[in-house]
Amino acid sequence: MSNKVIQAMYNDDDVLMDAVKEVRAANHHIEEVYTPFPVHGLDKAMGLKGTRIAITAFMYGCIGFSFSIWMMNYMMIEQWPQDIGGKPSFSFVQNMPAFVPIMFEMSVFFAAHLMVITFYMRSKLWPFKEAENPDPRTTDDMFVMEVAVDGNEAELVSFLEKTGTVEIKVTEKH
Amino acid sequence: MSSHYEAPIRRPLIVGEKSYHDITVEVAAPVEGKANKLWWTAFAIALTAFLWGLGSIIYTIGTGIGVWGLNKTVGWAWDITNFVWWVGIGHAGTLISAVLLLFRQKWRMGINRSAEAMTIFSVVQAGLFPVIHMGRVWNAHFVLPIPNQFGTLWTNFNSPLLWDVFAISTYLSVSLVFWWTGLLPDFAMLRDRAVRPFQKKIYSLLSFGWSGRAKDWQRFEEVSLVLAGLATPLVLSVHTIVSFDFATSVIPGWHTTIFPPYFVAGAVFSGFAMVNTLLIIMRKVSNLEAYITKQHIELMNIVIMITGSIVGCAYITELFIAWYSGVEYEQYAFLNRATGPYWWAYLLMMSCNVFSPQFMWSKRLRQSITFSFIISIVVNIGMWFERFVIIVTSLHRDYLPSSWTMFSPTFVDIGIFVGTIGFFFVLFLLYARTFPVIAQAEVKTILKSSGEYYKKLRDSNHE
Repeated sequence: MSNKVIQAMYNDDDVLMDAVKEVRAANHHIEEVYTPFPVHGLDKAMGLKGTRIAITAFMYGCIGFSFSIWMMNYMMIEQWPQDIGGKPSFSFVQNMPAFVPIMFEMSVFFAAHLMVITFYMRSKLWPFKEAENPDPRTTDDMFVMEVAVDGNEAELVSFLEKTGTVEIKVTEKH
Repeated sequence: MSSHYEAPIRRPLIVGEKSYHDITVEVAAPVEGKANKLWWTAFAIALTAFLWGLGSIIYTIGTGIGVWGLNKTVGWAWDITNFVWWVGIGHAGTLISAVLLLFRQKWRMGINRSAEAMTIFSVVQAGLFPVIHMGRVWNAHFVLPIPNQFGTLWTNFNSPLLWDVFAISTYLSVSLVFWWTGLLPDFAMLRDRAVRPFQKKIYSLLSFGWSGRAKDWQRFEEVSLVLAGLATPLVLSVHTIVSFDFATSVIPGWHTTIFPPYFVAGAVFSGFAMVNTLLIIMRKVSNLEAYITKQHIELMNIVIMITGSIVGCAYITELFIAWYSGVEYEQYAFLNRATGPYWWAYLLMMSCNVFSPQFMWSKRLRQSITFSFIISIVVNIGMWFERFVIIVTSLHRDYLPSSWTMFSPTFVDIGIFVGTIGFFFVLFLLYARTFPVIAQAEVKTILKSSGEYYKKLRDSNHE
C-alpha cells in the first residue's frame, strides 16, 4: 500500500471546516489536520472521538486524595502519635479536620500534574521532540489537511482543488 | 462566518483590521526586535535592586535574623507582610486565566499570559520570605514530610504553617504547568518563524515539538478547561490557608473567622492592580494596544472597584464584631489599630484600599489610562499597608503593657523587600522580551467574533 498523502492548504478556518465536511462526505480518509489555533467543531467534523483526559484527571485526583489520607494517618497517627498543644493524635477521625487542607491540596496536585503529564505523553510532547507540522506556516495562519491517497491520485487532487485550497502538495508519508 | 456570531452590543476585543498573520507578527515583534534604551534602563535598575536584595539576604543568612528590626514583642513584621503581599498579587493571574475561562469571558485572552507570568514571578518572591525567615535556610527541607535521620520525626500536619507549605507549592507548580501548556503553541509559532539557528533551537526546545494536530488541540482545550476547574478552588484555598496562619492563632486582631474571604478578596484586589500597572506599560512599550485595549483596563478597574469594596466591608465588619464581641482585648486591638501609634498606617490602608477604588464608579475615570495607572500604584501601596497593619499592630501591644514596643525596619528589611521587587521586574522584563506575551493562538480563535474588523464586516452584511 502506498504511503502517499496529499497536503491541501487552506487560509481560512471556515473554508477548512467546509472542506473537511466535503472530503468526509466523499469517503476519503483524512489523515491529519494541522491548525494554528483550536478550530471549534473540527474534531467532530473529522470524526475524532472525544478525549478521555478529564476522566484520567478525576482518577489521579482520587489517587492524590487517598495518598494524602494514607500519608497523614501513617505519619501522625500510626508511627509516632504525639500530643501537640493538648490535642493528642490517637485517632484519625478526630484529627481529620486538621488534615482537610492538605487532602485538598494533594488531590489538586496529583490531578493537575498527572493529567498534564498524560497529555504530554499521549500527544508526544516533550523537550527535544522534533516538531512534525508539514509547513511552518501552520503555526501562523495556514491550515493543512492531509488526505490519504487511495486509488486515483489525479482525481483526488482535482477534487481537493475545488474545496477552496490555496496550495496542494503530494508527498510521501514517513 | 455564521458560526462566529457575537452580539453586536459587545465591544470589539481586538481593535483594527487584523488578519491571523497580523496577530502572529505583532505578538512576535517584541521577541524578534531589539531591546530599546528604556528596556535596558529598566532592566539595569531592577537588576541593581535585585543584587542589593541578594546582598541583604546573604547578610541575613550569614549573621542571623537579628539583623532585622524584629524584637521579642514583634516577631513577625516585614517578612510576613511581604510574603502575604506577594502571594496576594499572584492571585490575579490565576483568577484571570482560570475563573474567567470557566465563565467564558473572552477578554481574558489578551491579558492571561502576562497575568499568569506575574503570578509565577510573584509567588517566587513570596516563597523566599518564609524560607529566609527560618534562619537556618540549609534546613529548609525539614518542612517537607521526607524520611530523615531521626526516623519517626515527621512534620506537624495540624499546623497551618505546614498547610501553607503544601498550598503554596501546589499553587506554584500547578500555575507553572498551566502557563507552560498554554505557551506551547505560541512557542511553536516563534520556533517556526525563527531565522537564527540558536533561536530556532531554543524555541523548539521550549515548544516541546508542538505540531498543532486536531487531536492535540482537542486535548489541549480539555486540559485547559480541567486545569481551570482545578485552579479555581486552588487559588481560593491558597489565600484561605495564608489567612489561617493568622486566623488559627489566639492573637486579638488575628483570631477572626472573616479572614479567609477577606484575604481572598484583598488578594484579587491587589493582583488586578498589579496587572494594570504592568500591562498599561507593556501595551505601550510592546505596541500591543490593539489586543490589550482600553476595554480590558476598564474591566479590570471594575474588578478593582468591586473587590476594594468587599475589602472595605470586611474592615468595617471587623470593627463591628470587635465591639459586638464584648471582649476587651479584641476591642483594644482594633481601637489601637485605628487610633494608636500606627494610626497613619491604618489611615493609609483605609484611604488607598477603600476610598480610592470608589473613583472607578465614574466611567470617565476608569477609562482614563493615566488615572488607572495611578490608582493601581495606590492600591498596591494600600495593600502592603493592610498586611503591615494586620501583622504589626496586632503584635506590638500585647497582653503585657511592659513589653509594648514599636517596630522599625533596618536597612536589611528594606533591602530584602526592595530586592524582591527588583527580582520580580528582572524576571518580568526578561519575560517580556523572550516570551509570546499574548496567548496568540487563543486570540486568533476570537478574531472573527470579537475583532473590530470582522464585526464591522458582519454588521454591513446584515443590512
